[in-house]
Amino acid sequence: MADTRTTCPYCGVGCGVLASADGTVRGDPEHPANRGRLCSKGTALGETLDQPGRLLHPEVDGKRASWDTALDAVAEGFRKALADHGPQGTALYVSGQLLTEDYYAANKLAKGFLGTGNIDSNSRLCMASAVAGHRRAFGEDLVPGLYEDLELADLVVLVGSNLAWCHPILFQRLQAARAARPAMRLVVIDPRRTASCEGADLHLPIAPGRDVALFNTLLRHLHAQGFRSDAPGLDATLAAADGETGLDPALLATFLDWFAATPRAVTLFSQGANQSSAGTDKANAIINCHLLAGRIGQPGAGPFSITGQPNAMGGREVGALATTLAGHLDWDRPGEATALRDYWDAPNLAAGPGLKAVDLFRAAGEGRIGALWVMATNPAISLPDAGRVREALRRTPCLVASDCTRESDTLDLARIRLPALGWGEKDGTVTNSERVISRQRAFRPAPGEARPDWWAIAQVAARLGWSGPFAWTGPAAIFREHAALTGLARPAPRAFDLSGLSDLTDAEYAALPPVRWPVPRRGTEGGRLTPTARFTPTPYRPPANPTGAAYPLALLTGRLRDQWHTMTRTGPVPRLMAHSPEPTAAIHPADAPDLADGSLARIESPWGEATLRLRHEPGMARGTVFVPMHWTARFAPAARINASVNPAVDPVSGQPELKHTPIRLAPAPMEWHGFLLARRSLGTGLADWTALIPAGPDLWHHEMAGTEPPAEAFARLRALVEEPAAAWVLLEDPATSLHRAALLREGRLLACLFLAPDPAALPPRGWLLSLFPEPAIGSAARRALLAGAPADGSAPSPTICICHGVAASVICASIARGANTLALVGEATRAGTGCGSCRPEIAALLAKTPVPEPA
Amino acid sequence: MRVLVIGAGPAGARCAVRLAERMPEARVTLAGAEAALPYDRVALSKLLAGDATIESLITHPLPMLRSLGIHYRPATPIAALDRAAGEAVTARCERLAYDRLVLATGSTAIRLPFPGATLPGVVLYRDMDDVRAMLRAARSGGRAVVIGGGLLGLEAAVGLAARGLRVTVVHAVGWPMERQLDPAAGALLTSRLGMRGIRFAMPASTTAIEGEDRARAVLLADGTRIPAELVVMAVGIRPNIALARESGLPTARAITVDDAMRTADPAVYAIGECAEHDGRCIGLVAPALEQAEVAARAIAGEAAAWAPRADAAALKVSGTAVWSAGDIADAEAECITLRDEAEERYRRLLLRDGRLIGAVLYGDTADAGFYLDLITTRRSVAGFRSALALGPAFVREAA
Repeated sequence: MADTRTTCPYCGVGCGVLASADGTVRGDPEHPANRGRLCSKGTALGETLDQPGRLLHPEVDGKRASWDTALDAVAEGFRKALADHGPQGTALYVSGQLLTEDYYAANKLAKGFLGTGNIDSNSRLCMASAVAGHRRAFGEDLVPGLYEDLELADLVVLVGSNLAWCHPILFQRLQAARAARPAMRLVVIDPRRTASCEGADLHLPIAPGRDVALFNTLLRHLHAQGFRSDAPGLDATLAAADGETGLDPALLATFLDWFAATPRAVTLFSQGANQSSAGTDKANAIINCHLLAGRIGQPGAGPFSITGQPNAMGGREVGALATTLAGHLDWDRPGEATALRDYWDAPNLAAGPGLKAVDLFRAAGEGRIGALWVMATNPAISLPDAGRVREALRRTPCLVASDCTRESDTLDLARIRLPALGWGEKDGTVTNSERVISRQRAFRPAPGEARPDWWAIAQVAARLGWSGPFAWTGPAAIFREHAALTGLARPAPRAFDLSGLSDLTDAEYAALPPVRWPVPRRGTEGGRLTPTARFTPTPYRPPANPTGAAYPLALLTGRLRDQWHTMTRTGPVPRLMAHSPEPTAAIHPADAPDLADGSLARIESPWGEATLRLRHEPGMARGTVFVPMHWTARFAPAARINASVNPAVDPVSGQPELKHTPIRLAPAPMEWHGFLLARRSLGTGLADWTALIPAGPDLWHHEMAGTEPPAEAFARLRALVEEPAAAWVLLEDPATSLHRAALLREGRLLACLFLAPDPAALPPRGWLLSLFPEPAIGSAARRALLAGAPADGSAPSPTICICHGVAASVICASIARGANTLALVGEATRAGTGCGSCRPEIAALLAKTPVPEPA
Repeated sequence: MRVLVIGAGPAGARCAVRLAERMPEARVTLAGAEAALPYDRVALSKLLAGDATIESLITHPLPMLRSLGIHYRPATPIAALDRAAGEAVTARCERLAYDRLVLATGSTAIRLPFPGATLPGVVLYRDMDDVRAMLRAARSGGRAVVIGGGLLGLEAAVGLAARGLRVTVVHAVGWPMERQLDPAAGALLTSRLGMRGIRFAMPASTTAIEGEDRARAVLLADGTRIPAELVVMAVGIRPNIALARESGLPTARAITVDDAMRTADPAVYAIGECAEHDGRCIGLVAPALEQAEVAARAIAGEAAAWAPRADAAALKVSGTAVWSAGDIADAEAECITLRDEAEERYRRLLLRDGRLIGAVLYGDTADAGFYLDLITTRRSVAGFRSALALGPAFVREAA
């Protein structure tokens, strides 16, 4: 059977994927975003298809239900909420995972028929500030540039973007261009020395939240260098362009000079800029500089917002944010709401914007939301002040959650659970960060009773009496309606126009190749945009909640290379878990002199706390702590960082300040640290602190720490995994609290349990995990089990290249044998020759491993 | 120089060889009480079990002794010493003159004095004749009791069981080899030997051996009667010091010697089980051989001193490797244990002040040398303590 041409569901790059029904996945060589490349997560997509924990049937009040019953219950819940609270007592919280058609349907239900603006997307957490910045500068939410501008530029500035990990394919395109044109420069502006800094020409370790000051400084510098613009608002903007960067003056001067002197400059910004109480100002401060320098919409030049999710852009296009209407229409432009009301025949159309995410859950917590429908996202984990969000979800009388997985903390709290289609099953379109609309196509049958989200929405609408406006036959019909809407005669001109796609036949829609908007007429395609822009004054404001004596450190949250969101998709994939198998908090060693590397530390903020394993990283900016946001109650209940994150938001975009929360660190003293590898999950309640890590087929890795006496813990944990006819190999040194055990039956490893007072005394887990598939472990190897390493062998080391399973030690050995470039390491070990996501890490190893002189 | 070595056991034979090598001009005589050529007494258990032949036990064949210039005198028990004359008198009243004398008379197995201890069918386990007696008894099959569950007793029990006898070991302590093993390893050993058909009565003490014309049963203190046609007593040894004592050499439990293995008479040395150094007698072959080396060097005029090293003992029973060394009974020591239930492997390491003081290995004794070295050198193990029990292959010491 021929491969199905579809798109990757992970990040905003929107790579094309060729997928076969058996789950084999490769990059689509014809897709303009990736030209055949895939990153580590994309490469492992096939492994996410048959996940345990799929939600296969509707559930109501914890019991399996028919779709009819479940949909009736949803309709009843919303009817009651409308009766009790009016339209503002209903809400939808949706996701950049939805396809444009699902998004469109959800938005139409909320704004058009429930009559509420209360539909917000998790994109609010991701790029709402960029949207708001675009609208202030361009009058419309649009990204002027194209990916190829990153290749054409002579200077690329990454602001708050760990592109190497979060958008690996774009980073590889950039690195390939730099390899071809070594004169091209890369500047990284980030409080952390991230993987993206490997090989960068300049890293500006800016303090969290100071980006506005930096770009204000740049604006003044450009003006002083003679740059001028006729765009409105320059004088007021210059007058407001204040703020100190706190950067080393020499580094700063280099950056200012490079930017001023390089016409082809792209400033790419992402969550590090957006997730801030000054996020919108950051976007505008960046755009202001490009505007003054005349560098917008030119080949190799422009401000470039890159989104986190695969279809954040699609959500923005259909208006599935509380602050926008469909098709880039606005409430505050006279006539636009009326035009939409007429088009939809929706007399109840919401009169104004609804509650943005943080406000929405606050309202739910105050009992003001009677019915809330969450689709394809996990707010119980991802929202700031997440403890309170959990309470709000608990308090909502009718909480509906649509998802493809049952394994989500939000699903746990839902009254009604609706099984959604997952990637590979659903059908529709997505828009990537360079405005390219691509089809996501199904190549697998729907499992169980899972159904498309748009269908569930239409079914509920019909039950509420609105069958006509939702009587679509399929996604093609929805797409045509959406495309036609963008061609509405609009009082103000709009760049966003899909009129040329509004009469696609079903067959044409099915075969639709990637196309960049605007498409005002059939057969045309958009390119770079040069919108009319204005300057926006961006006076510097420090983060909403400053650090101080009680909470002296600034917490930043972010992403790991191989994880996605709240791990619902990537968490169960062992290969993806292998890269960073424990929840960690990174800090500059000098900021934690009393907390050892590898010890457990409690992060305390005025909002909550979390306990994570501390890592000393000299690449961290002083005064900051970095924590990945992925961990959930499923995997590490104590490490859910968003419970500690402040709920401050940007006053314009409503985007939460996930990149700056004042915190303090306290030791979390433990009697013992340890791990248990077992053939089944023993849950997350094994010890005072537990992280559960899927490590293979029927193989689970539990990281633990506890406060009970180690010998007691050892006995208790051994009893949990004991099995008939199995026998232990045991090593015990009670005087030093060292306890190690392996359980075997007929040479087959069933479990490994290691405890020690000091986490550094525990061996790496990788080698032990690799033994579980062995059919028979020989006598000689039995004792090696308790060493955690083969006798006389090199100590196991972390896997760097997950595509080819290459460990750091192997890479270092090849470097020591003379492989002194990425290419030579790749030849010698295959590391970095798959998806390439690990190349920055290999580069780091190259930088620190001495290479022998040629003989 | 004339050197006479009395006793052709492992220590005496080794000493004679070293003397001959060091002093080619000297006349070295080796006088043994047994008729055999010097043989590996330690391997008698193999002979008993049928894993070795008498020939294969011979350590010093006649041509070898001859080529070294050693005058070997088998079946030559010495009756007396005339130290004033510098002569040893054989049982046949032959006088052997010496300038230097080495006493390597070894020890005798103890025969407990309860009723019936001298009945036919009651044998000791010490020399080749004892083994021959056991083999004769075993030929007719039947039941055997081994009194004493120490190293020798167990080796005898295993050998007899291998010959088809039904064997019961009567042992005074709750687990076998209590001087070498802790209770856990002893229990493993008991169960392993049980699988070879050996039964244990322990803790138990024998009060009598019953029988009219020959041994028929062993009576225990609790009244239990264990029928047996063969009774092997393996309850310990007594150093053979009569010759020395009667010649006026100072003795305590054994012949007292200095660091050079020299007795109070500067012309007379004593080595092996008949020697007592600094209040200690040895019962193992390795230190006996070291003493032989020291005495040979001293007689050759070289500086030599014997320093006792940690004792190490191993049970020589095929399929059941047991080894221990050092102090394994220190109740205040820190213990590291390694247990493999399915493979019946066990290790117990005793530490004090970050140093290894004792070790018990059961089931796999391949790393014995590593531990013996650590015990002997008293090297700190702090840097690799977590891997210590796993053996040298896992010890990665910081360079």
